Amino acid sequence: MHSDTSRTVLDVLVKNHPGVMSHVCGLFSRRAFNVEAILCLPLDGGEESRIWLLVSEDERLEQMIRQMRKLQDVHDVRLRPAAEETFAQLGQIMSA
Amino acid sequence: MTGAQVTIGLLERQGIRTIAGIPGGANLPLYDALSRSTRIRHVLTRHEQGAGFLAQGMARVTGRPAVCFATSGPGATNILTAIADAKLDSVPVICITGQVPRAMIGTDAFQEVDTYGMSIPITKHNFLVRQARDLLRIIPEAFSIATSGRPGPVLIDIPRDVQLEMVDFAQWPEIGEREPVPACFDGDLDLAVEMLNSARRPILWLGGGVVASGAGREMLTLAERLSMPVTSTLMGLTAVPHDHPLNMGMLGMHAQRHTNMALEACDLILAAGVRFDDRATGKVQEFCPQAKVIHIDIDHSELDKLRAASLPILGDVRDVARALLPKVEPAERQEWIGYIEALKRAFPSRIPEQGGHATPLELIRRVGELAGDSAIVVTDVGKHQMWAAQGYPFTPGTGWLTSGGLGTMGFGLPTAIGAALAAPERKVVCFSGDGSLLMNIQEMATAAEQGVDVTVVLMNNASLGLVHQQQELFFQANYFSSIYDVNVDFGLIASGFCWKTWDLAGAADPDAVLGEALAHRGPTLIHVPVDRDEKVWPMVPPGAANRTMLGGECHA
Repeated sequence: MHSDTSRTVLDVLVKNHPGVMSHVCGLFSRRAFNVEAILCLPLDGGEESRIWLLVSEDERLEQMIRQMRKLQDVHDVRLRPAAEETFAQLGQIMSA
Repeated sequence: MTGAQVTIGLLERQGIRTIAGIPGGANLPLYDALSRSTRIRHVLTRHEQGAGFLAQGMARVTGRPAVCFATSGPGATNILTAIADAKLDSVPVICITGQVPRAMIGTDAFQEVDTYGMSIPITKHNFLVRQARDLLRIIPEAFSIATSGRPGPVLIDIPRDVQLEMVDFAQWPEIGEREPVPACFDGDLDLAVEMLNSARRPILWLGGGVVASGAGREMLTLAERLSMPVTSTLMGLTAVPHDHPLNMGMLGMHAQRHTNMALEACDLILAAGVRFDDRATGKVQEFCPQAKVIHIDIDHSELDKLRAASLPILGDVRDVARALLPKVEPAERQEWIGYIEALKRAFPSRIPEQGGHATPLELIRRVGELAGDSAIVVTDVGKHQMWAAQGYPFTPGTGWLTSGGLGTMGFGLPTAIGAALAAPERKVVCFSGDGSLLMNIQEMATAAEQGVDVTVVLMNNASLGLVHQQQELFFQANYFSSIYDVNVDFGLIASGFCWKTWDLAGAADPDAVLGEALAHRGPTLIHVPVDRDEKVWPMVPPGAANRTMLGGECHA
C-alpha cells in the first residue's frame, strides 16, 4: 500500500440491513471522495455492523463525516487512525 | 389486515387527505385499499412525474408532508425527477412505490427496476419493505424523517406480495412527528452579537430555510434594528416584503447590479438558511471577499461546506433569530445605508415600479398587483422564472413555489395543481414558458378533472429562452436546438383539455384581458407572446465572480 498522502480510518457504526453498504459507499462515490479500502462485519447479535473505511485525510474529510452522520442508518462515526495497521496486515494477506 | 390496508390506515392516521398517483400492476393492492378509504381522496395524474410534483405543491404550500404513489419500473423512474427536486429544495414528500413480489426481486422481472438503489442519492432516506409488519414502524418513521431537521423526501418501496401479506397487531403505532431541534449554544450567540455590533457594513442574507422555519418577521426585525440591508436567494424571496427599504432583492446570477455590488463591499454576512449555491454566490472563492461569515443552518453539513464560516451556528433560524434579537444593540449605520443608496442611484434597478404590459417584467408585476398578496405564485424553469423572481411584488403572505435547486422544467403546472388542492381559497398563478409547459402539459387533464383554480401565464417565445440567451452570449450566437420550428397553438391545446383560454397577442386592451382571465375561477391559460430577444439581465456568466455582470445597465 502506498502512503504518499496521509490516511486515516473512519469507524462507522451502522444499522445492519441489506441497503446500508449502498448508502455509505454511495455517499462517497457521488461526492467524489475516494475510499481506499473497506471492512465490514456484523456485530454481536447482528443488529448493528461496524464499517471501517480507509480514506485520505484531506480537508474534505470533515464534510464527509458530517454527510455520513446525516444518514439515518449511521449511528456513529469516529476517527480511528490506529486501525490503519489492520488494513496494512490485511493487505499483506490478500496480496500473498 | 393486509399490508396495503395497514399502509392506507397509517397514512390516514398521519392526517393525509389527498394522495396523487397512478396505479399499475405492482401497486394495485394499495389502490384497492385506497379505494375503500373514506378519508383519503386520490388524484389521478397523467404521468407519475405529475404526481410527484402535485405532492410537492401540497407540501410546499402547507409545510406538511404530502404523499404520492407510483407503480414499479417506469412508474418509479418517472417519479424520481420530482423526488430529486424535493431533495434539492428540502420538501417533505413521501413517495410510495410498488415493487415486484419479493421472490421476483433481482430476476429482471417485468417492470422491475432497483428503485431502492436508484433513490438512495435523491432521497433523505428510503426503505425497501421486506415484510408487512415492518410497515407499522417504517411509515411513521418516514414521516418523522421527512419533517425533522432539514426536511426532505422519503421513498418507501413495497413489493406487491408485501402489500397482500396479512399482519396482526394489537394497536396502531404512534404517528411519526417532527423531532424537536436541539438548542444552539449561548456562546455562539454572544459571539454573533459581538460580530454584528462591531460590523460596519453587514448584510443579512436569507434563504429557503428562513421561509421553511417561518423566521421572516424575526429576521426583518433583526435587520431593522441593526440597519442591515437584506438580500435573499431564489428560495428566500418571500421572507421579507419586496418594497421594504432595506430589501435589495435576489443576489447572484440574475441580481440587480447594486445588490451584487453591495455584497462585494460588505464586511459581515449573516447567512441564514442558505447553502451557498453557485447561482447565488457566483465563483464562491470570490464571493463577498471582505466579509466575515456568520452562517446559521439546521443542517450541520451545510456549515463550512463551500465557505468556511467565521461563526457557524447550528440550529433552527427562527430559534436563533429569537435568541439574538434581545441581545443586539440598535445601530443606524448611516454611512453604510448611504453607500447602498448611492449604489442604487448609480446602478438603478431594472424592476418597474408599476405593472404594465410592455415588457415581461412589467407584465409579471401587473399579474402580482391583480392577484393580491395572498396569491400562490408557481413558476416553471427558465427566463419567466428569473423575471418572476426579479419582478414579482412578493410579500410574506405570498406563496412562492419554484424549482430552485434542481431547476426542473415541467415543475410548474403539476405543482400549481397541488397548491390549489391544498389551498382552494387562494389564487394560484403559474408563470410558465412554452418549453417548460410542454414538459408536463398532460397534467392539464388532471387540472380540468379536479376543477382547480389554476391560472397559467404562459410566456411564449417559441424557444428554450435561457439556452438561447446563453448561446448568444457565450457561444457566439450559435443557436442550436434552442428554437422551436413548429409554433404550437397553446390556446387550441388548452381548449382541448377543457381549459378557458385568453390571449394577449394583439389585444386592444391587454389589462382588461388580464383582469378578466385572472378573475375567472378554474383552469385558465393566459397566452403571452414574448420576443425571443427579451433577455434576463443582468447576468453573471456561469463560473464567474458576481462582480462580472453582463447587461442590465439602466440609464435613468
